[in-house]
Amino acid sequence: MSGYLSVRDIDWGMVFISILICALGVVQIFSATHGTIWEDAWWKQIIWVAGGLLLMWITAQIDYHSLMTHVTLLYVLSVVLLTAVLLVGKQAFGSTRWIPLAPGFHLQVSEFVKLVIILLVARFMAELRSETLEARDVLKVGALIVVPMLLVIKEPDLGTALTYLPILAVGAFLAGLNWRYLIATAIIVVLVVPVGIHFLQPYQKARLVSFLDPDRDPRGTGYQVIQSKIAVGAGGMWGKGVTKGSQTQLRFLPVPHTDFIFSAFAEEHGFAGVVVVLALYFMLLMQIVKNAQTAPDSAGMYICMGVGALMLFHVLVNVGMVVGRMPVTGIPLPLMSAGGSSMLSIFLMLGLVNNVRLRRFVN
Amino acid sequence: MTLLPIDSDTQLGRISDKPGPRDDPKFAAGRVAFFQYLTVAVFLFLITGFWDLQVSNPEIYNELAERNRIKALPIIAPRGKILDRDGRVIVDNHLTWSVILSRESMRPEHLGPIAEGLQLDRDDLVRLVNRYRGRPKYEPVIIKQELTPSDIAFVESHKDPEFFPELELIHAQRRLYPESGFSAHVIGYTGEISESELDVAEFASYEPGSVIGKFGIERQFNDSLMGVDGQRQVVVDNRGRERQVIGIKEAIPGKNLQLTIDLDLQVVAELALDGRKGAIVALNPRNGEVLAIASRPTFDPNKFSVRIKPEDWKQIVDNPDHPLLNRAIQAQFAPGSTFKPLMALAGLESGAIDDQYAVHCTGGATFYGHYHHCWVKHGHGTVALHSAIVHSCDVYFYNVGNRLGIDKIAYFAEQAGFGRKSGIDLPHEADGLVPSSEWKIRNFRQKWYPGETISVAIGQGALTVTPVQLARAVGGIAMGGIWYKPHLVKTTKPDPPHVLALNQENVDKVISGMCGVVNESGTGLRAKIPGYEICGKTGSAQLASNEFIKKGGKAPKDNAWFVGFWPPHNPEVVVAALYEGGEHGQLAAPLARDVIKSYLDKKVRLGKSAMLVSKAGGAGVRGRSAAPGGAGVDASGEAGGGSRRAAPVPASPQNPTSGKSSAAEPGNTDVAGSTRPRAATSGGSEQP
Repeated sequence: MSGYLSVRDIDWGMVFISILICALGVVQIFSATHGTIWEDAWWKQIIWVAGGLLLMWITAQIDYHSLMTHVTLLYVLSVVLLTAVLLVGKQAFGSTRWIPLAPGFHLQVSEFVKLVIILLVARFMAELRSETLEARDVLKVGALIVVPMLLVIKEPDLGTALTYLPILAVGAFLAGLNWRYLIATAIIVVLVVPVGIHFLQPYQKARLVSFLDPDRDPRGTGYQVIQSKIAVGAGGMWGKGVTKGSQTQLRFLPVPHTDFIFSAFAEEHGFAGVVVVLALYFMLLMQIVKNAQTAPDSAGMYICMGVGALMLFHVLVNVGMVVGRMPVTGIPLPLMSAGGSSMLSIFLMLGLVNNVRLRRFVN
Repeated sequence: MTLLPIDSDTQLGRISDKPGPRDDPKFAAGRVAFFQYLTVAVFLFLITGFWDLQVSNPEIYNELAERNRIKALPIIAPRGKILDRDGRVIVDNHLTWSVILSRESMRPEHLGPIAEGLQLDRDDLVRLVNRYRGRPKYEPVIIKQELTPSDIAFVESHKDPEFFPELELIHAQRRLYPESGFSAHVIGYTGEISESELDVAEFASYEPGSVIGKFGIERQFNDSLMGVDGQRQVVVDNRGRERQVIGIKEAIPGKNLQLTIDLDLQVVAELALDGRKGAIVALNPRNGEVLAIASRPTFDPNKFSVRIKPEDWKQIVDNPDHPLLNRAIQAQFAPGSTFKPLMALAGLESGAIDDQYAVHCTGGATFYGHYHHCWVKHGHGTVALHSAIVHSCDVYFYNVGNRLGIDKIAYFAEQAGFGRKSGIDLPHEADGLVPSSEWKIRNFRQKWYPGETISVAIGQGALTVTPVQLARAVGGIAMGGIWYKPHLVKTTKPDPPHVLALNQENVDKVISGMCGVVNESGTGLRAKIPGYEICGKTGSAQLASNEFIKKGGKAPKDNAWFVGFWPPHNPEVVVAALYEGGEHGQLAAPLARDVIKSYLDKKVRLGKSAMLVSKAGGAGVRGRSAAPGGAGVDASGEAGGGSRRAAPVPASPQNPTSGKSSAAEPGNTDVAGSTRPRAATSGGSEQP
């Protein structure tokens, strides 16, 4: 049945943009880590990109409908693995997020759970037959998502847990959620957030406070935001050049190859470089949306839009954090930040988008 | 409409021929478009963020990045060393650590924990930092010096970005003063410039945080001792580790200062005063060089070297003996009988008396209706000039004074340098006081009563002098009327001396009397040094008025003075010793004698070694000859050495602290006291 699937039908534009972003990421990782203990991060990243491309290819081959068939199994597996992470996971930087798979590679389960959530939402929404989406439908699927979310929050990794929400949100929105519900949700969020803050971890509270007022504690949590803004601002229009950014090279910038890679990039490549990369991300997103529009069925559309929503959320939160317009949540920038789990998970998602695209002429 | 079984193995949720409304992928086209607009909005939101930072005002952030990266660290210039006349080190520096606080990265709320960690007072720290307000931000504040190992550990472990990145350690040269307060008054001490001092013109050129001389030589010659601090600009990483030095301005060290002080004599002077209150000044009357200058009680200048602890300060200030007082230049007391040689000279020079003039002393005499005692109750019998000086006959000098009148006395006293600062190169010198009829009118609107002259004639009454004035005056008389300005810093050409044309015969008569004091069983017998003709004069000066004593007041013990010189003509050394509460000049004599003896011993030693060197045919006599005295360096420079180390001191065989002998002294106190006229103004220490 997949005989008509052609290599030509892969979304080469999307793949090309992704590889371009990855390449800029690799250069930036090299610049930010040379002479440090993470010196080998850039070629590891190349391996992850290669591995990601391979996984994307494989994912594109398996019909997304059959993937959705096994979503129950995948969901149960996710919950089991997330529980396992909490029980036997590898601890680093104060939280337990990783299952050691092989020397040098620790699987961050929560990154891959995103895929399961995308498929879960897509299937749930596609199966709806009513004209409008009712609140209880949202609650149903929401309950399913809350379980892995709570497990991830427990790690603790609030940032990654939050990335599951835009998938649900965009799914519910596209499925025709009544505007009234949207407004109601917004009101509930506004009311719940102050209470929720009460239950945040001290460091999470501090991050939130320092987001609202970074100068209040410039050497504590606000330090990262301030240093990032300094790095970005010092980059100016044209940047300081690769390996020339003092904020990055002298390590005033925290984790300049992972969460704050875009800050390092902005310092060394300036506003011009920023515009180019953001344009690439924008094109990537538009490409994903286009694939949603040409999807053969609603399930395919939900999948593509889920990936798009997730990607947009990542870019917004990470890049927004870099310029001090979003709180520090510690979620990576897709395709650029060093890290295997994130990279593989992104390419798996792009594989899903290609999967949908390859089947657009089914009828 | 039924739910299609999505897991059926056939079409897997595929769209049927008659798709329901939800199966049409286009059904949500509007909402997908909405998502596109949302994406555009998000990217605009992000782009404007970058625009704000990178395009609108990149200079601000560029500067912040530069400030992050570049640290300016002061290089503290070491102060010049203070050396004795032979180049031996009296005051040295030692390497310590200081901690500086960068105000650029400082957070006010960090000051509390920092103060706690460094054991500083929080309020003091805040005040210190506030003092820098209005100065460029990049100037760091030195918040603690002379760090202890635990301070260093605290800074090292807290100077990274997570704690207190405003902290930085720097090297500093600190002052190392001799222990036990050796020469503390003359050397003085340094300290951080205080807020009030910054407003004083003298210190206007210094910056807050500067360590400046506050007392003694350190203050007087601060400008030459103090170097110019340098600066290092370094690139640092986020841990404060230096990556690269981008600029360096070397510190210019302060100049070494060579004093005229001879450590060999200084050590003896300090030892002689040990356990006593008083002062010793040794001068070379030929040029005014100060060979030794000591004052007791003393203090430890090391406690001042940075910022003195309040409890130490309180202890020093509350001490009734005023250890901070440099008695050598600040103690103003009646000179007592040490004034008599000047009286004799004045009498001879003015023609009031000649050497044949004689007086019969019966133990007292009446002038202007008041009976004045002589210190020897039963009288000296008939005395002329020589024996009057030798035995210090009060009645003789009452008569001399009566013949001269106050204004002639004042004239000669002022010629000899009394009543005004000697001009020694130390701060805070006292003037002393020479009473005269003009002085009386100016200060009391009263005319001078001739009766008042009588007590001045024996060095009492309103007359007060400082030890340095006395040494200079007597030395100048012995020089035949040439008074050099005392000075502590070696100079090739001393200021021209004050010269008074004196009849050398008269001078010789006075000198001969002073030699008799020491060598002809006079009052200064204890200053005798076998084989050398030492000349001198004792003095016992009453501190309270007779009226006060008669009313039952407990009189303080008399001050003992001795001033001596050698050789009798054209002397090389003159020593004035003040022993507060020493009761009789005889007890001050050994103090001066020890110093003169150490001078003579050194002279012999140098002569011998010079001979040895010349026998060996070598050159550089001076360089070799200084070696035997080298032990004195240790005494000043080492812990606990100071005044206790008697071994290297040449004059130590005869221990000056002979408490036993004072008991065997004739009880002269009340006799001397009875010489006071009742009408006289009160004692030396209570001058108006």
